[in-house]
Amino acid sequence: MSAGALETGPPRNKWRRRFLVTASIAGGALAIGAWRFYRERDRLTPPLGLRPGPNDAVLTAWLRIGTDGVVIVQVPRQEMGQGVTTALPMLVAEELDADPAQVRFEQAPIDPIYANSTLIGDGAPVRPDDRGKLAGMMRETQYKLGELLGVQATGGSTSVRDAWPKMRYAGATARAMLLHAAANKFGVPAAECVIEKGVVVHASSGKRAGFGELALDAAKLPLPRNAKPKDPARFTLLGKSLARLDIPAKTDGSAQFGLDVRVPGMLYAAIRQCPVFGGTLKSFDDTAIKARKGIQGVYALPATSMSAAALVVVADHYWPARTALAEVAIAWNEGNQAAHDTRDQRQRYRALLADGKAREYESVGDVDTALAAPANAVTADYFVPYLAHAAMEPINCTAVVRTGATCEVWVGSQAPTLVRRVAAKASAIDSEKVTVHTPYLGGGFGRRAEMDVVMQCVLLAKQIPHTPVQLIWSREEDIQHDVYRPMAASRFSAALDSSGNIVGWHNRIVGQSCTAGFTARLMPAAASDLLKDKTTCEGAFDLPYAMANRRVEHVLAHEPVPVGFWRSVGHSYNAFFTESFLDECAHAAGKDAVAYRLAMLGHAPRIAKVLELAAQKAGWDTPLPPGHGRGIALAQSFHSIVAQVAEVEMIGDAPKVRRIVCAVDCGFAVNPDTVVAQMESAIVFGLTAALHGEITLKNGRVEQSNFYSYDMVRLADTPVIEVHIVNSGIEHLGGIGEPGTPPVAPAVCNAIFAASGKRIRSLPIRLE
Amino acid sequence: MITLTVNGKTEDVDAEPDTPLLWVLRDHLNLTGTKFGCGVAACGACTVHLDGAAALACMMPLSACAQRKITTIEGLSSEGKPHRVQQAWIDHQVPQCGYCQSGMIMAAAALLAKKPNPSDELIAKKLTNICRCGTYPRVKKAMRALADAKEGSKPGVRS
Repeated sequence: MSAGALETGPPRNKWRRRFLVTASIAGGALAIGAWRFYRERDRLTPPLGLRPGPNDAVLTAWLRIGTDGVVIVQVPRQEMGQGVTTALPMLVAEELDADPAQVRFEQAPIDPIYANSTLIGDGAPVRPDDRGKLAGMMRETQYKLGELLGVQATGGSTSVRDAWPKMRYAGATARAMLLHAAANKFGVPAAECVIEKGVVVHASSGKRAGFGELALDAAKLPLPRNAKPKDPARFTLLGKSLARLDIPAKTDGSAQFGLDVRVPGMLYAAIRQCPVFGGTLKSFDDTAIKARKGIQGVYALPATSMSAAALVVVADHYWPARTALAEVAIAWNEGNQAAHDTRDQRQRYRALLADGKAREYESVGDVDTALAAPANAVTADYFVPYLAHAAMEPINCTAVVRTGATCEVWVGSQAPTLVRRVAAKASAIDSEKVTVHTPYLGGGFGRRAEMDVVMQCVLLAKQIPHTPVQLIWSREEDIQHDVYRPMAASRFSAALDSSGNIVGWHNRIVGQSCTAGFTARLMPAAASDLLKDKTTCEGAFDLPYAMANRRVEHVLAHEPVPVGFWRSVGHSYNAFFTESFLDECAHAAGKDAVAYRLAMLGHAPRIAKVLELAAQKAGWDTPLPPGHGRGIALAQSFHSIVAQVAEVEMIGDAPKVRRIVCAVDCGFAVNPDTVVAQMESAIVFGLTAALHGEITLKNGRVEQSNFYSYDMVRLADTPVIEVHIVNSGIEHLGGIGEPGTPPVAPAVCNAIFAASGKRIRSLPIRLE
Repeated sequence: MITLTVNGKTEDVDAEPDTPLLWVLRDHLNLTGTKFGCGVAACGACTVHLDGAAALACMMPLSACAQRKITTIEGLSSEGKPHRVQQAWIDHQVPQCGYCQSGMIMAAAALLAKKPNPSDELIAKKLTNICRCGTYPRVKKAMRALADAKEGSKPGVRS
């Protein structure tokens, strides 16, 4: 241990360090020159991009109502399966007392008023239970920064939390306008009118008017400033399962994904990127294919900060482009990473675990004394590999550049405002003249926050002006040119007292920073290691358990493999590390894994309740057949609490996951069936990572390439999944897209230990 | 020029005979409901019906499809009503991102057409499509409901 080398300054220095962190983020924002001051802008005022049609009225920036009474809610987040195009409209429909059958959604235009400030607000490296002034200030600063940046992005399990005040307020405002319009029409006071399922009713006169009759008049009224959203006790729609609005189109082939975009005159492009990260194109020979029917051209794309060097073949259809590309002889300058090997990297991580320069994320009490005292010591090292996202829709983008005039882009993206900025940069056209269309995302998981394909497609479109072109990555390009979930290593030392209680906890994690990587790709000028990346240690520094002496620290690794945000980010590995190691401590203490955790959660009744519920519903104390085992894990992430109990059967040395019982507290489940669906989804996602997921490099190249070498859990291997929801109150509103993933791997591995006595300390799970 | 019968319509296609059916459907016939997922017959996103049986369009050369009846997700329903698999997918709220679901639904419909009451084991064996969103628990539920449904609501697979 090299604890002596750690910074242990007085609080004054802590202030200074934290100030520097915040300042560096703000500095980054200023450096890219994209920020504007939006705080004063009224979020209710419709942006320029939202214009009423001939038969509808725009009531605030968040909805249109047609003369047919249909309410069309503006959804400024992207649908990638998480149900956001239903949950957000529900917020507005509740306030309007609309009939759910009359509610539709459409993609909101790109405008800073729709910024996701919560996404950036969550980045502050403070514990979720830290209610102190400093933590509050850091959160507030980052939140304001989110507003300033105006990034309209979907991620971090933030959509409902960010929309909750804004869209309910907008709904309440529109409601007041409709009531006002009805009162004028009926000649009665507005206060005497009520809304029943999309119809304004004046009870004593029996007068009634549907939204469709009132919308045009309501839109002429000034925006009321004092509308109040409903008391949650009066909710009639929120909290009840509503059928998702996007599902019918996803059963008949009509839902349009990025790859389904068809623009008149569009060409198709196939791409091959330099197989070694950081390499460049040396030369190519396309004589064999140049004159072939359908081939329109062969283009080189330079490496940029956010995209790899590539060669592209453009043809009138995709297949000829793809087959021709395979026949082009390409030579690459592989650069200085051509020898990169995952096994070497693993050695480097081992060395960094021992003596790397660590930064402290949490330090409470006197860890060194606690660990030095004669006590039962438990120590272990853990490891996880790189993981690819492997969204089902291969990476793609469609663009057309009309020289010196406009640029139009179609892409399934988690960050349309970034798309616009990158397209403007690549095409050298003012961003005001860049139009971004956002079809459905065939899976996002963080991958579609990246701008690589947008940069490449617009650079290509610029070379063939006035011609729309759809750039399609093969699955192999997708697996081999992802931004990966970081490879990470973790070392624990715990001291247990004579009763088995943890009296000292030291955890050191080694890995790259997703946030630094993302920043470096998008705005290299702002890239800096100064920024303390919360994601590296989330799920480790912010553990809910009471431990008197604890220190959690991170050693930043610098490796050429790009890393990015992968469903649940740092929680995806830290939950595996900490919840597995905690199981080791419980075992060393001779304690039951549930009771052991509960004993450390006396101060956190919400969390304890979720843990107990999962255990109870799983029948934690009931006997299992021989060869079966149960494991439990708990993770608090994205402001939600999830506990899972896995039941595993060992068939020889092969673990078969039979059942996973999941309890979740996200504060308030807006659409409960979607919460269940997201837990199921996140569990299968985490199970794939635990059982199969591993990206390795040899000779600088990713060794996996398609589903036969990067396999997925399928229906046959899907356990029974049961989900139980705790509604603890709207003041605890949490995210739902990601929090189901972190507990899966540790719950399964703890179950394997219970069944077989074999402790899994490295993923994917491999038993002899 | 190769002549195909897709969703009951005759189509003349000007593409190389080795072009996979997937790209003919998507890029020549604008039937984009059939999806590209892997290109190597490993994920099932491109599942269509060829003479009523499930087939992976991404490795099926155009030349092998002449004279055969092709049904895609766009042609699964009839008389404006959803096919019962599509209805079950809506009833059980199966899709999430939805990208793999065309293939999943086509595989399910083909299985039920051949075997109206499949066991859980057979469903697991035949529905090997990858869904990265992990909709499998709901696919299982929807399939169980379809398999257990009484006669009279028999699958109406067109092929």
